[in-house]
Amino acid sequence: MSTRRYLFSKIAQAFLTLAFVLAFNFFLFRGLGDPVSLLLHGHASLTPSAIADLKQQLGLDLPLPQQFLHYINETLHGNLGYSYDGTPVSTVIASKAWPTLLLIGLSTIASIVIGIWVGIKQGWKRGTGFDQSMLGVTLVLYSMPEFWFGLLMIMLFAVTFQIFPTGGMTTPGADYTGLKNVADILNHMALPFFVLTVAYLAEYSIIMRSSLLETLGEDFITTARSKGMMEKRVLYRHAVPNALLPTMTVTILSLGFVISGAITIEIIFSWPGLGLETYNAILNKDYSMLQGLFLLFSAAVIFANLVADLLYSYLDPRVRAG
Amino acid sequence: MKPTIERPAPAPEPEPLGDQVKLPKSVKAIARTRRKEAALRTWRQYRKSKMGMAGLGILIFFILVAIFAPVLASRCELSPTCASGPILSPPSWQYPMGTDDLGRSVLALVIWGSRISIVVGLAATLITVVIGTSFGLAAGYYGGWRESGLMRITDWFLVIPFLPLAIVLSVILTPSLTTVILVIGITSWASTARVVRAQVLSLKTRTYVERSRALGASHWHLMSRHILPNVGPLIFANTVLIVAVAILSETTLSFLNLGPDPATNISWGTILEFAFGGGAAFSNDWWWIVPPGLAVVLVVLAFTMIGYALDEILNPKLRAR
Repeated sequence: MSTRRYLFSKIAQAFLTLAFVLAFNFFLFRGLGDPVSLLLHGHASLTPSAIADLKQQLGLDLPLPQQFLHYINETLHGNLGYSYDGTPVSTVIASKAWPTLLLIGLSTIASIVIGIWVGIKQGWKRGTGFDQSMLGVTLVLYSMPEFWFGLLMIMLFAVTFQIFPTGGMTTPGADYTGLKNVADILNHMALPFFVLTVAYLAEYSIIMRSSLLETLGEDFITTARSKGMMEKRVLYRHAVPNALLPTMTVTILSLGFVISGAITIEIIFSWPGLGLETYNAILNKDYSMLQGLFLLFSAAVIFANLVADLLYSYLDPRVRAG
Repeated sequence: MKPTIERPAPAPEPEPLGDQVKLPKSVKAIARTRRKEAALRTWRQYRKSKMGMAGLGILIFFILVAIFAPVLASRCELSPTCASGPILSPPSWQYPMGTDDLGRSVLALVIWGSRISIVVGLAATLITVVIGTSFGLAAGYYGGWRESGLMRITDWFLVIPFLPLAIVLSVILTPSLTTVILVIGITSWASTARVVRAQVLSLKTRTYVERSRALGASHWHLMSRHILPNVGPLIFANTVLIVAVAILSETTLSFLNLGPDPATNISWGTILEFAFGGGAAFSNDWWWIVPPGLAVVLVVLAFTMIGYALDEILNPKLRAR
């Protein structure tokens, strides 16, 4: 397959998946649930004629296929419907996206870097005390609900020792500007950042460790050793670059989940991002909001998937040939 | 580091031949003895894994707790009307894990919570394995357009982020124990399908499968008698790891108030949700938060350790070199 055809097919696949998610999203909310009560939030007080008016306004009186076209058309124009308090869903999402990207983005990068580093050390010294103890630590971290770990850290560092604030993104009432504002946000971010970094570190170190172990068993490593190459050089020039490849795919895929992955952490730290918004939407039974958020979360993963595929084919040409 | 050569474990001594040679009753009996031997061999290897045995020990403990919950704590203690303890009391002799804001014993809640958490984990995994194996088996075996169609669907499910999908499904469907099991099962089968398909692809080209096909075996016979039994071990290790994830998922869903009805079915996630809602973290009521979370960690850890130990034995790629 030529490179161009490979790229084209991957991009086409991503669009196809996005179309599926759109259809799925429509079906979930209009097909499974009763659309009127779902989208009108069960306002029982509305008169039948008001309901009929609303139905017409939302296009709910049309036949299903026509409704679907209507939904696609609106979504493609960036209209994701209205939240239960009347704000457009797209406006809410736009304002909540950056706190999420800031907190989750930074902690994901930190956990990837530290996780891969730990994984390399472990794989290289397989079976040593360091490897065994780190394996224990990472397995425990992997088995922990991240919000439980977060609650423990809140009790320890915010309530008992009062080093960090218990939640939120800024000090309420204090309208700091400039550098002071940045420092305030960083102070609020420190604890959730730490929790997320530690909680997700295990995922990357476990993958890196097993990937490195698999690579170390390959013939070219034996060849490199038999040439009398320094052990460090075997590790960093021969083993690590090859072991990084599968780790990278998993890593990029996880980036797509970043946006949705930390819903519970945002809740316990009252971090005003998309996760907390999702929680509020659940509590308020705000279906238009949930529909919009679900679309965004899925689109993020599809995009990350595409990037992973393209990057992989660039780094490992065998993929294209296959 | 010196490369060490590890010899495979010596095969069990064949039984001495002589007067007592027992002829197998049928072809099926031969297969059955062989499988029994293979299982025994795996168990003997498994026993050597400290991690695996520790995991098994923890798991057996919690399963016993779940089975004997009615003996360990009266069910009545779960309802606020029946609980007689002081409100939010720290651990004492009478209440080893303290009490919650309704005066219920946290220990009783954790004991009964083990039932829901473990049952949901196992039931959801069963759904995952059935759907995942059917998809993977059919896709790998038939190939062609059937494969691309099935794998397309699998890829879609792989791409949709799990937690948001589970949230949306739980919000739309009426919340109940069955809903939670279904939601977790439906959202997490895709990776199993991929693992199974990859294995089937390599198995179906083996000579013994071809021989059987040449003898006129049906698709069903080939799939169920020749391919599935050989995919089995791999599915098994994978399954144990899925239970761990399913229990974590249930905890998270319950924490988000999307779990089974908290009035009748209390899981560890529900206790954590109560504790968070009751402001336990901010008033430092640690006894209300630590025990249920610790229980989740231990059970999930147990399944993970068993899964890893099995993987090291059953997955030849991971064996120590």
